[in-house]
Amino acid sequence: MPFAGWEMPVQYASIVEEHLATRSGCGLFDVSHMGRLAVSGPKSREWLDRMLTRSVADLQPGGVRYTLITDDNGGRGVRILDDALVACEADDRFALVVNGSNRDRVVAWLRSRLPSEGVMLEDHTQQTAMIAVQGPAAMGIVTSLASSADAERINALKNYRCCAAAVAGHSAAVSRTGYTGEDGVELVVAAEDAVAMWEALLAADAAARPCGLGARDTLRLEAGMPLYGHELVEDTNPFAIGLGRGVSLEGRSFPGSEPLAAMQKGPPATKRVGLVLSGKRPAREGSGVFASGGAEQLGLVTSGSFAPSLGVPVAMAMVDPSLAEPGTQLEVDIRGSRQPATVSPLPFPGWRQQV
Amino acid sequence: MKFAKSHEWIRVEGDAAPGAVATIGVSAYAVEALTDLVFMQLPAVGAPVTAGEPFGEIESVKAVSDLYAPCSGEVVEVHTELPDNLDLLGSDPYGKGWIIKIKLADPSQLDALMDQAAYDASVSDGSH
Repeated sequence: MPFAGWEMPVQYASIVEEHLATRSGCGLFDVSHMGRLAVSGPKSREWLDRMLTRSVADLQPGGVRYTLITDDNGGRGVRILDDALVACEADDRFALVVNGSNRDRVVAWLRSRLPSEGVMLEDHTQQTAMIAVQGPAAMGIVTSLASSADAERINALKNYRCCAAAVAGHSAAVSRTGYTGEDGVELVVAAEDAVAMWEALLAADAAARPCGLGARDTLRLEAGMPLYGHELVEDTNPFAIGLGRGVSLEGRSFPGSEPLAAMQKGPPATKRVGLVLSGKRPAREGSGVFASGGAEQLGLVTSGSFAPSLGVPVAMAMVDPSLAEPGTQLEVDIRGSRQPATVSPLPFPGWRQQV
Repeated sequence: MKFAKSHEWIRVEGDAAPGAVATIGVSAYAVEALTDLVFMQLPAVGAPVTAGEPFGEIESVKAVSDLYAPCSGEVVEVHTELPDNLDLLGSDPYGKGWIIKIKLADPSQLDALMDQAAYDASVSDGSH
């Protein structure tokens, strides 16, 4: 399936099998379509700190933060261009991972704001590849391919920390992050090492299984993670979808910081909720949400599918705050037919077996 | 048994005369391509179906697909247990995985459909 100019598998075999393999063992995801940008130079820290919704002023080498990338909509407000991870690789060197579908406009926006000297912005997406290794067996698989010293450093990574290491003999940027709700890492390697790395990971353990975009989507849905273009769009109020942690306003100024401060103060017009559907029919993006028996549409499904680990259809929706309390009974219009649904906390309870 | 380009099959019981009953299902190829089936919406007995028009829906984890009627007619029987036993579509697509039976309105519509060999060729060369 073409996606943002990339040929991407939705599934290698079965979305359900790939999903469950990631929850019980290890899923390998080729996420090379994600944009990988390098920001370096003596003024890189200061400049990025003025460009991102999260501060990097105090981000130490080895630290990773979730951030939004906003512009000021030509001075008329705020426009969320993307959500991203920013990693500090050295005092004057940072790596940004952005969504594949937003890469071109993010690069164009950042370039338009580059100072005349002191900061270099490079798009490394084509020269590198990115593999997400996710699931309870992921750390064992990655570290089995590293020297004991590197394995120790990888194992010592806390969530949202990164290091450089050799995995299967290839230099890799290793980040304890992911988009499945499972433990694991994301590896960035040189493009020419990608196939060998993929094959080494696959051969390392019978639990390792190639997974496509379909399983990535059901995994992140169960784990309650927003996806740009669905839960998060240009004019989303990030505080309404639980992404307040992606915005640090105190004592800071960045494009759109003033309108974001106003959003933080006011009550949000809608809230993001989880929905567990009755029956077997999944609600899909765009389905209307109603109070039980209500005529007025009070929400909209932003993502929906069958949840393989829960065995029921689930969805995320933006709804009127009066309907957002967990346990509230609602109805979703699925292609003209009203289906009962119950508001659920996010992540969906029971999405991962308790250990 | 005849096949539509949209991957449904139809099999007439007895002579293909007006009013003959025909069984409709989906091909093994289609079931395998869909994978991860989770939901099926079927018509009611008595509902009219029109050749080339949707008569139901089949939904996988990935997406919703329409089921198209290979021939026109009236629904006389619905496999009501199928939505709760979607595995039958994969394990026995031409037998226990049948979907509906219709009373054929115009048996000449069968002539526009593919036989098994032509259908198999169409899915193997990717021209479906």
